[in-house]
Amino acid sequence: MIDSSLRWVDDRLGIAKGGRTFLDKIFPDHWSFMLGEIALYSFLVLLGTGVFLSLYYIPSAHEIVYHGSYLPLQGQKVSEAYASSVGLSFDVKSGLLMRQAHHWAADIFLGAIAVHMARVFFTGAFRKPRELNWIVGVSMLLLGIVNGFLGYSLPDDLVSGTGIRITYSIVESIPLVGSYLGFFLFGGNYPGNGIIIPRFFLLHVLIVPALIIGLLAAHLGLLVKQKHTQFKGRGKTEHNVVGSPMFPTFMAKTTGFLFMTTAVTFILAGFAQINPIWQFGQYEPFQISYAVQPDWYMGWLDGALRIMPSWEFVGWGHTIPLEVLLPAVIFPGIIFNIFFAWPFIEARHTGDLAYHNLLDRPRDRPKRTGAGAMMLMLMFMVFSASSTDVLANFFQIRLNSVLWFFRIAVPVIPVITYFLTVKICEEMAGAEGIGKRKPPNLVHRSATGEFSTVPTEARPGDGHEELEAVPVPTFIDMVPADLATGPGIRRVMR
Amino acid sequence: MSDESHQVPPLTTVSVEDPHLQPYAKHPGRAEAFAAATMVIGFLGFIGFGITYWISDQTQWEAATLGGGMLALGAGVIAWGKYLMAQGPFVEERHEFHSTEAERDAMTAAIVERGGMVVQRRKVLGGLFALGSTAMGVVIAFPLIRSLGPKPATSRQATNTDTSLFATNWKKNSQLVTADGRIVKVADLGVGGVLTVFPKGYEGSSPDQTILIRLAQIGPNDPPFQLESPGRTDWGVQGYVAYSKMCTHLGCPVGLYQELTQQLVCPCHQSIFNVVSGCVPEFGPAPRPLPQLPLKVDAFGNLQSQSGYQQAVGPGFWERP
Ligand code: FES
Repeated sequence: MIDSSLRWVDDRLGIAKGGRTFLDKIFPDHWSFMLGEIALYSFLVLLGTGVFLSLYYIPSAHEIVYHGSYLPLQGQKVSEAYASSVGLSFDVKSGLLMRQAHHWAADIFLGAIAVHMARVFFTGAFRKPRELNWIVGVSMLLLGIVNGFLGYSLPDDLVSGTGIRITYSIVESIPLVGSYLGFFLFGGNYPGNGIIIPRFFLLHVLIVPALIIGLLAAHLGLLVKQKHTQFKGRGKTEHNVVGSPMFPTFMAKTTGFLFMTTAVTFILAGFAQINPIWQFGQYEPFQISYAVQPDWYMGWLDGALRIMPSWEFVGWGHTIPLEVLLPAVIFPGIIFNIFFAWPFIEARHTGDLAYHNLLDRPRDRPKRTGAGAMMLMLMFMVFSASSTDVLANFFQIRLNSVLWFFRIAVPVIPVITYFLTVKICEEMAGAEGIGKRKPPNLVHRSATGEFSTVPTEARPGDGHEELEAVPVPTFIDMVPADLATGPGIRRVMR
Repeated sequence: MSDESHQVPPLTTVSVEDPHLQPYAKHPGRAEAFAAATMVIGFLGFIGFGITYWISDQTQWEAATLGGGMLALGAGVIAWGKYLMAQGPFVEERHEFHSTEAERDAMTAAIVERGGMVVQRRKVLGGLFALGSTAMGVVIAFPLIRSLGPKPATSRQATNTDTSLFATNWKKNSQLVTADGRIVKVADLGVGGVLTVFPKGYEGSSPDQTILIRLAQIGPNDPPFQLESPGRTDWGVQGYVAYSKMCTHLGCPVGLYQELTQQLVCPCHQSIFNVVSGCVPEFGPAPRPLPQLPLKVDAFGNLQSQSGYQQAVGPGFWERP
């Protein structure tokens, strides 16, 4: 069966040669290589649940009277977008599960991308020849953040509406063209003529996902073409890849992982409430709820906005709202430019133009590790600054003190982090036997009372890595007779 | 994968006894039992989901059965792959994918020389093609960008709030009404009371949102309430003051009034405005005071505006003087 259909396809497309290489493709084993898979699989969950949601969601700002099963809203005037989102939660079978799974998957997607990116960064996997794939990855992060924002804006609830309002004002703050951009995007002065919801919907379900899918294909294509990086180890060189083959080992493991990622998303969706829009109520531009907080991946922008001093520039008949422009436009612009340019910044700094297929241990590259830790710390600090009010309440301190703490800490602590990390890395590099698995030592006492230690043999369980790596075999010889007739196993005559 | 076709390793044959082909697990029987058990659990989970969906649509049960099923099935497949399949390790050679110098030169030559020749010989055609495609780009950009929304009005006297960032619908003698259209009377609020108001006919409109606060109980014949803001002593009436509710930072509704300190707080980024001193920002990122709306009381005890706002409301933008 397989034989004849393969023949049919191969006659027309010639896939057998490349296909076999693909099945033999080697995947090195390391837990950190799964982080990107989490991102990929939560994206699949996003697509699946997203299709479900779009079957019921109505992208319209048109006002209707709510007649659903959620009693507190009965008879209120709400937008169709809001009514259909609430309806999705209460009147569509398993709709609440799907809605919350979609939201959780988005949070997991971006979280996994961030952690995956950190892995790639700290191990130097972005170096030549993989700079392009790094850029593709950073682009997906950017688009993922944008699409996350667009998505949680769609239900037209009070919290997301506030986010849209803030976005409008950020666009408005751009010198020269800001008012035009805002007007063109919203179809007029805020809140516009209601067209923003269908526009966001189109961007969210078609344009941005299409871009992400394209980049994703490029990301995986480049990965296949350039092959995986691997950590240094026995038999591993710059010129080979050691691990398990695509088929069947990796496929089994990764399929299982797809199931598990999806499972965790759905379990969270069922047991951990997220974005209860029915509690927030319909968005009205003059209403607001206390403690407004965006999704976690927008927190860094919110935090930057909060700690920025109120420096508005006014002069020559114009206003430049620096208190908005700097934290919400210039700051993320700089951050993403650093992200995009990092492989080139580093190559220029080190003058290293060689191919790199073996990964670095972070401690072996103190400066890079320091820079990464600094960036993570900066992000963490501005992110934490997005909850100044919550922190002030929680610790019963004055909001002013919290604000000033962050105004000082945001620039200072990352710099301290840099030097501390560099120092730690250097110390670790000097220490002996660090990072190696230590076999237990046997302590002997001689007849004369002298002590000596002898390292033990490797334990039997460590045997996996001890074998010499071999190419994936094509044919398996000496198959027992009872198996020899089974499908896929061929007896070889030599 | 056709680009890798030259990399196919030679066909190799190994013995089934080869240690690389042995399962990773020390006790394959146990691993198999584990995988089998989890896959059965997975199967039962999915059946459970089907039943739940059919009879009750209860969210937690759905999540537990579906998620639990996938978790178990996934664990089973992973155990199968990790412990029961050939342990390896296997190796694959890398090949440099860059082309030879000669190939690179050939491609450069094709672009520069062959292409250059074409352009050199028919300069006019090249120019015309560039002209045509530029024109096409510009005219396509027009419907795509220009028609998306109206142009912002540049005149500060513009009155249409849909097309002007300077305009509000507050005029001389606008009647103060609530969001649902109820007329606001002087007796409506006690000291410390706040209300979101709009000019009559524009209920709920974003740029018009105004916060009305009663700071003191003052009768019509008592001396007016003294605001600390110079030149605006008569903008309040009978202890009432009104300010634009749009935060000058990013336009959130400045919705929290703290009576004790007589401050308005914006919940978005914690800007704090001092109501008594004319809503100057005392804290946070907001750069400008909230514009004040001058009030008066008409013969029927209804609150009205003396005039519209005298400056643009809300966040800053380039055209704002
Ligand atoms: S919008 Fe009011 S403080 Fe930012």
